[in-house]
Amino acid sequence: MERRLIFSRSTDVRRRITSIITLAMVALATAIVLVPLIAVVWYTVGEGIAGLTWEFFTHLPTPVGESGGGMANAIVGSGIVVGLASVVAVPVGIAAAIFITEYASARLASAIRFVTEIMLGLPSILLGIFTYAVLVKPMGRFSAYAGALALSIVMLPIVIKTTEEILRLVPQHIREAGLALGIPQWVVVLRIVLRAAVRGILTGVLLSVARAAGETAPLLFTALNNRFWHSGLDQPIATLPVQIFTYAVAPYDDWHRQAWAGALVLIALVLVLSIVLRLVVSRTQLDSEQ
Amino acid sequence: MDAPRQPTNVTEHHRSPIEHETTSHSTDHADERYRIVTEQLSVYFDGKPAIRDVSMVIRTNKVTAIIGPSGCGKSTFLRALNRLHEIQPNARVSGRILLDGEDIMSMDATLVRRRIGMVFQKPNPFPAMSIFDNVVAGLRFNGVRKRSVLAEIAEEALRRAALWDEVKDRLRAPATSLSGGQQQRLCIARALAIEPEVLLMDEPTSALDPIATAKIEELIYELKRSYTIVVVTHNMQQAARVSDYTAFMYLGELVEFDKTRNIFTNPSKRQTEEYITGRFG
Repeated sequence: MERRLIFSRSTDVRRRITSIITLAMVALATAIVLVPLIAVVWYTVGEGIAGLTWEFFTHLPTPVGESGGGMANAIVGSGIVVGLASVVAVPVGIAAAIFITEYASARLASAIRFVTEIMLGLPSILLGIFTYAVLVKPMGRFSAYAGALALSIVMLPIVIKTTEEILRLVPQHIREAGLALGIPQWVVVLRIVLRAAVRGILTGVLLSVARAAGETAPLLFTALNNRFWHSGLDQPIATLPVQIFTYAVAPYDDWHRQAWAGALVLIALVLVLSIVLRLVVSRTQLDSEQ
Repeated sequence: MDAPRQPTNVTEHHRSPIEHETTSHSTDHADERYRIVTEQLSVYFDGKPAIRDVSMVIRTNKVTAIIGPSGCGKSTFLRALNRLHEIQPNARVSGRILLDGEDIMSMDATLVRRRIGMVFQKPNPFPAMSIFDNVVAGLRFNGVRKRSVLAEIAEEALRRAALWDEVKDRLRAPATSLSGGQQQRLCIARALAIEPEVLLMDEPTSALDPIATAKIEELIYELKRSYTIVVVTHNMQQAARVSDYTAFMYLGELVEFDKTRNIFTNPSKRQTEEYITGRFG
């Protein structure tokens, strides 16, 4: 009996060609994504490395017209403003995510989730204007606090969203196992569920910190800028993004070089922070609390 | 420490071997031999009944097996006993559950769960925690902090769960590094560490291989000396091997409840016989 040919040779060839084309398109798309990313980092390193002098890290900006000087105040200032913002946004965001996943009714949870998603989409300059209206105006001056508030509003929805998604990934039977041991629900959430999710939550926190560290618009009319060391957290403060912006639009070559160096430092700081936090977590994760 | 928490007024008469008992529930001191009594227990999900009017007794220091086809409500019944349905907003429970004669609905849920421990179908050790931390979780998170006490109880619980020899040199290793069968015994140790009176086991071997299963069954046999055990299983051979009493549930109702020997050799209901002989289910 003759074997029936279900798949003709031509179908086979067509299938192979389709496969090759599909693979090529997917690879091309990946390349298109990677090229700008690598180009940005490459270009920033190329332009910025020259400006990375000891003076850059240790000195204040010099008066206009003089060359030299550094961004010491802006590096410290970014640390302070982003740090303050994190102190507010990270605990509040994680707590909100816990409320949504562990306690809220389905309707309330989806309502909060909706609001969070809208917040994620708000233009960051709007958050700056908002902070200007509620904090800068009443206080009568720009301040580190105002900058931190604006950045914390930027961070909050990111922390909530990522934490919530990670908490949802913790299987329900883990919670049941905790409750079945007679452990109160809030302890189950804080000591068992959060612990299982800590890596993922950290990723979300890092994402939000990285985002906040690079934000310029919300700082323009909240933290403003300062060519000197800040004289208090209720005073204007220099930050890297704003300093980069100021130097980049100025007509001096020396400032341009420093702006690139500042951008490079910004990228490096976020990278270092994420490596350090990851190391800390993987160290402590299995050590029992004593 | 191994001694079961018998009601203090139990007399020798009431401890007499179960074989001499009448099946009637009407004796005055019945509750003393019954660790748990359920009366007209029903559980509804979204208003639809999952189990209906289940009235049965769990005898002290005996193994009670609950068998029945998938979806018959055996797990639902089990989870009612430690009030685990309360975490599901769409679940509603009616009827009474008495633990040592006391209505568990009038007790604090966490206290009920400390007296009625549970082992789940899938081994579920806490992730990101060591073997040791898993065993003592129920103690530590209920306020027991003293290191020496925790270490002592951990060893004892692991020994009772027949896991000590396999893990004593790596108590700091992640619980997830254990095999499935070891993880399940770890979960049993975790449940035993808080010294419950009753141990609920929800198909504890269905995710395990035959050797691990045999170990768990052996363990159940050992544990009934100190604990009252309720085991849900869809494996009838397992019910016959490990249990003293067997309940057959079907479509949310308790069809028959008797000594295991009677259920498997001489069931009184036709449905039970058909299920046991494999004609349905």
